[in-house]
Amino acid sequence: MRAFSYTRAQSPAEAASAAAHTDNAKFIAGGTNLLDLMKLEIETPAHLIDVNGLALDRIEETPDGGLRIGALVRNTDLAANERVRRDYAVLSRALLAGASGQLRNKATTAGNLLQRTRCPYFYDTNLPCNKRKPGSGCAAIGGASRQHAVVGVSEACIATHPSDMAVAMRALDATVETVRPDGAARTIPIAELHRLPGDSPEIETTLQPGELITAVTLPKPVGGTQAYRKVRDRASYAFALVSVAAIVQPDGTGRVALGGVAHKPWRVEAAEAELPRGAKAVTARLFADAKPTQDNAFKLPLAERTLAAVLREARG
Amino acid sequence: MTKVSFDVNGDTHQLELDTRTTLLDALREHLHLTGTKKGCDHGQCGACTVIVDGRRINSCLTLAVMHEGDEITTIEGLGAPDHLHPMQAAFVKHDGYQCGYCTPGQICSAVAVLDEVRSGIPSHVTADLTAPVRLTNAELRERMSGNICRCGAYSNIADAIGEVAGRSA
Amino acid sequence: MRFEHPATFNPIDQLKVVGHPTSRIEGPLKTTGTAPYAYERHDVVPNQAYGYIVGAAIGKGRINAIDLAAAKDAPGVLAIVTADNAGKLGKGERNAAPLLGGPEIAHYHQAVALVVAETFEQARAAAQLLRIDYSKADGKFDLAAGVDGAIAPKPSFGGPADTAVGTFASAFAAAPVQLDARYTTPDQGHAMMEPHASIAAWDGDKLTVWTSNQMIAWGAGDLAQTLGIPKDKVRLISPYIGGGFGGKLFLRADVLLAALGARAAKRPVKVALQRPLMFNNTTHRPATIQRIRIGADRDGTITAIGHESWSGNVKDGEAETAVSQTRLLYAGANRMTAMRLAALDLPEGNAMRAPGEASGMMALEIAIDELAEKLGMDPVALRIKNDTQVDPEHPERRFSQRQFVQCLNEGAARFGWSQRNPKPGQVRDGRWLVGMGVAAAFRNNLVTKSGARVRLDQQGVVTVETDMTDIGTGSYTIIAQTAAEMMGVPLEKVVVRLGDSDFPVSCGSGGQWGGNNSTAGVYAACVKLREAIAQKLGFNSDEAEFADGLVRAGNRSVPLAQAAGQDGLVAEDAIEYGDLAKTWQQSTFGAHFVEVGVDADTAEIRVRRMLAVCAAGRILNPKAARSQVIGAMTMGVGAALMEDLVVDKRHGLFINHDLASYEVPVHADIPHQDMVFLDETDPVSSPMKAKGVAELGICGVAAAVANAVHNATGIRVRDYPITLDKLIGQLPEVG
Repeated sequence: MRAFSYTRAQSPAEAASAAAHTDNAKFIAGGTNLLDLMKLEIETPAHLIDVNGLALDRIEETPDGGLRIGALVRNTDLAANERVRRDYAVLSRALLAGASGQLRNKATTAGNLLQRTRCPYFYDTNLPCNKRKPGSGCAAIGGASRQHAVVGVSEACIATHPSDMAVAMRALDATVETVRPDGAARTIPIAELHRLPGDSPEIETTLQPGELITAVTLPKPVGGTQAYRKVRDRASYAFALVSVAAIVQPDGTGRVALGGVAHKPWRVEAAEAELPRGAKAVTARLFADAKPTQDNAFKLPLAERTLAAVLREARG
Repeated sequence: MTKVSFDVNGDTHQLELDTRTTLLDALREHLHLTGTKKGCDHGQCGACTVIVDGRRINSCLTLAVMHEGDEITTIEGLGAPDHLHPMQAAFVKHDGYQCGYCTPGQICSAVAVLDEVRSGIPSHVTADLTAPVRLTNAELRERMSGNICRCGAYSNIADAIGEVAGRSA
Repeated sequence: MRFEHPATFNPIDQLKVVGHPTSRIEGPLKTTGTAPYAYERHDVVPNQAYGYIVGAAIGKGRINAIDLAAAKDAPGVLAIVTADNAGKLGKGERNAAPLLGGPEIAHYHQAVALVVAETFEQARAAAQLLRIDYSKADGKFDLAAGVDGAIAPKPSFGGPADTAVGTFASAFAAAPVQLDARYTTPDQGHAMMEPHASIAAWDGDKLTVWTSNQMIAWGAGDLAQTLGIPKDKVRLISPYIGGGFGGKLFLRADVLLAALGARAAKRPVKVALQRPLMFNNTTHRPATIQRIRIGADRDGTITAIGHESWSGNVKDGEAETAVSQTRLLYAGANRMTAMRLAALDLPEGNAMRAPGEASGMMALEIAIDELAEKLGMDPVALRIKNDTQVDPEHPERRFSQRQFVQCLNEGAARFGWSQRNPKPGQVRDGRWLVGMGVAAAFRNNLVTKSGARVRLDQQGVVTVETDMTDIGTGSYTIIAQTAAEMMGVPLEKVVVRLGDSDFPVSCGSGGQWGGNNSTAGVYAACVKLREAIAQKLGFNSDEAEFADGLVRAGNRSVPLAQAAGQDGLVAEDAIEYGDLAKTWQQSTFGAHFVEVGVDADTAEIRVRRMLAVCAAGRILNPKAARSQVIGAMTMGVGAALMEDLVVDKRHGLFINHDLASYEVPVHADIPHQDMVFLDETDPVSSPMKAKGVAELGICGVAAAVANAVHNATGIRVRDYPITLDKLIGQLPEVG
């Protein structure tokens, strides 16, 4: 871990401004992924801005009946929130499927969205990785890729986004609120927050340098039966091979987002029209352009079967 | 170097630390509270679990300087060999350990888990998110899954925690 | 004391203390975090500096140059050790690849430098500043590709490369029922919770290392040999070990580099292997490819059994002895085994919990299940049918004890085996396809010399000193129980001091030999102490009885404290073994029963119930022994369902080298486990009449899981780990 200076931010705008105007600065909140990466010098900030004191840790009702979740709300608190448990069960379920009790107590809402891939080649600084070292190549292609993405991949990167929470938020059509270095606030639909790798996998989100996530808002509840099904080898404390976030309405319509299959939570709205026809039809659309490797081709039938199970259960 | 002050097991400590120092290394290397263990240093094993302001966390993935004013409880704060905390005594009775290296983390986690259940925090295996949480065996095993025991004492650990939970319920 | 004849009645048979489920005597220390592990010894020597290891960035090749300039200039840096400046180093007898690489690189993450600094943070940061210029060479990283060039390894610990009895080939060809199948087991990591760690301090030419090591005398000897200094100048201290499983049997880089770092920095240095380095830097259980052929009559009688195994290793490394159990477990007139070793450039393969049998049983016990299926026979009955009470290769040697059949029968009854539907894929519980599986457990019992020293002081306290280690096995407690039983004192009057090379050399912890041999060594020393006490009191030592803190003979009785006198009494001895192991085959037996659920949609596999029934001689402490077995069962679940060091065959490394990506079981993976020991004493093993259990417990577990998965789904997976991707394509369609 390289030496860094450390300050505690006083306000979101000041934090954003400081981040933009300090060389190689990063925000730190829960720290559960950032410090992991700093120890390996995959992340090498020269300055850390501790945003934990920013009072962004509240969950409030919005005027339209939705929820506004402060960026610093811990995963445990978000999962345990009564409104979330009642009206956004898919989110509660996704959070509880992730990490461990200890990590959920520290990890924040914004930090969870911004966590980085667990691709083992990204984590080993001796090996090529375009995400870690642009232009060095992708060692996962042609390497051990059982965990990797099957859709939305590029020649440069086949990493997945590891979050469970983000998959549920994608299904819920969440919106990310930010403050920019100039102090201006903006909102970003979660669909537009994460990028596909393309030829610049090192750029993972549409946030600008210094831009700070302040909250995530959920629209008013959409009802339906909500489920998050995470499939993994180990029964707990493991990243998803495939996960399915689903909201199924009594009339058979609904929403589906997948985790563990792409560089971002994978949702194709057009595929949801196929829901009444069943999982096979939906996944056929979701994976229309899939490019699995030999190691991870199983994710295609696995996702289909997992979705089928979720739909069967949702429909009773 | 940055100054930080926090409470560990009821004692206030003022430290001047390299900003890179994790809470774990501050405890082990600076305060010589070596009961908290370093198993992986990357949040992948749970051996470093401590309780900060009532919540269990991995002390390896947090910087010491981020804990200004916090109240930290480590394994040494729960009990000592001549006056064991009930959870510690239950681990001895049920042989809830072998090599002993993950044990302080398991015990800190177990103590916090019982609190989490009391506060109604659900888990991955909670069947009904809107009903009160009950500490079943499945609940306990899911909640303890962030603490790896390579010796494989899980079954005995479950018995130990179950006994303490039953007593305190 | 030489142990030449089967044991008769001795003081241990009183079982006043031995044989009781005593809680571990060090439990209060472990549960309060006050048991000191190697890296934590702030108390032993002042002014400790921190070392951080740099691992090789290539799988094979050489270092052209190392630029140390930036690292040397970094804040707090005190010294940097590399092969260039370390001086001439030898190699430990038990090390294959050198522990400090350079210029040649033998494997990925082989240590190539140690950076010593004032603080851990400084050392870690400076370690990243080394600029190392490598020339990468082509290496061999693919076991399957190495099979053709594999050679017969030298006879070793695990026996000869080839064995043959009768005429296997013709008997197999003539058998009415034949099984011929190929199985693979992956590389596996010990993944003990405490990383390898050491603090080294020089005092003139004397070196003391506080470390985490299972075999103190091996470690001290190999450290001296590597440094080129006399063994008596080296002291190793290792009272608590945060897990080993074979990964801490040998001298490793942390010890050597702490010693070299301390010499270079001229002050004590502490070093721990960082977790992401451990999997490639240290040893692992090597992958195997196994072919098993069994021919049987229609009534299930095995007429021919053949087991071949291929594994790979670095230069000077040995073969994984995966055929060992097949030489002894089942009857059959015509037999062959063969081991072949391929040259690989992956990290060094070596012992991990039950080396040989753990891997071999993973294959053999699926093969038996497959044979049972072909025969239309119950797999428990098939195993019973082919029981043997003699070594099948040398029928003149009987097993000293062999309750294999009893284990199977007892287990079947307790587990409800009769409820199993022999037709696969028939049992459904909600979303789960449910199946039951069984496998044998088998592991040899090894006897080896072990010494101890016992003191009696004027408080009547008995202190045992031996370089034996406690890696979570319960050594402290069973040694205390042994001394208490022998000297007739309560457990509280016994102090046990372990893991110090200044103490008499013991068997150490490995090969499940620790419990029986180390306590037998303590027994020998206690016999000598009893004689010394009797002699001092003028008692006839044959008549002297030690009980209730007193020594009695005839109508005289003296408190031990008084007998000790002001100076106390001390005795030292070792147990040494004669030829009983030649006359008798000593092995431990068991049966594993497992019930699994396989998710009908996702093919996720979860273990629902587990039972082990074991027969392993006298159980010195049923509580600690049970823990050993359930812990081994847990590791067996890992082997069955998730553990796999994935080889990147291009770059030549295990790519999943941390605890997130190398998955081992967590709490949620393990159901309630039942475990039963059958009554047994084995007078052939030692005066303790005990044998090992800690490795028996893992042998067969993975196969029992595999067989249960087959019973649940009808799918036979022969390549471990059994993960959902190997099932999903064969599960019935779902709608």
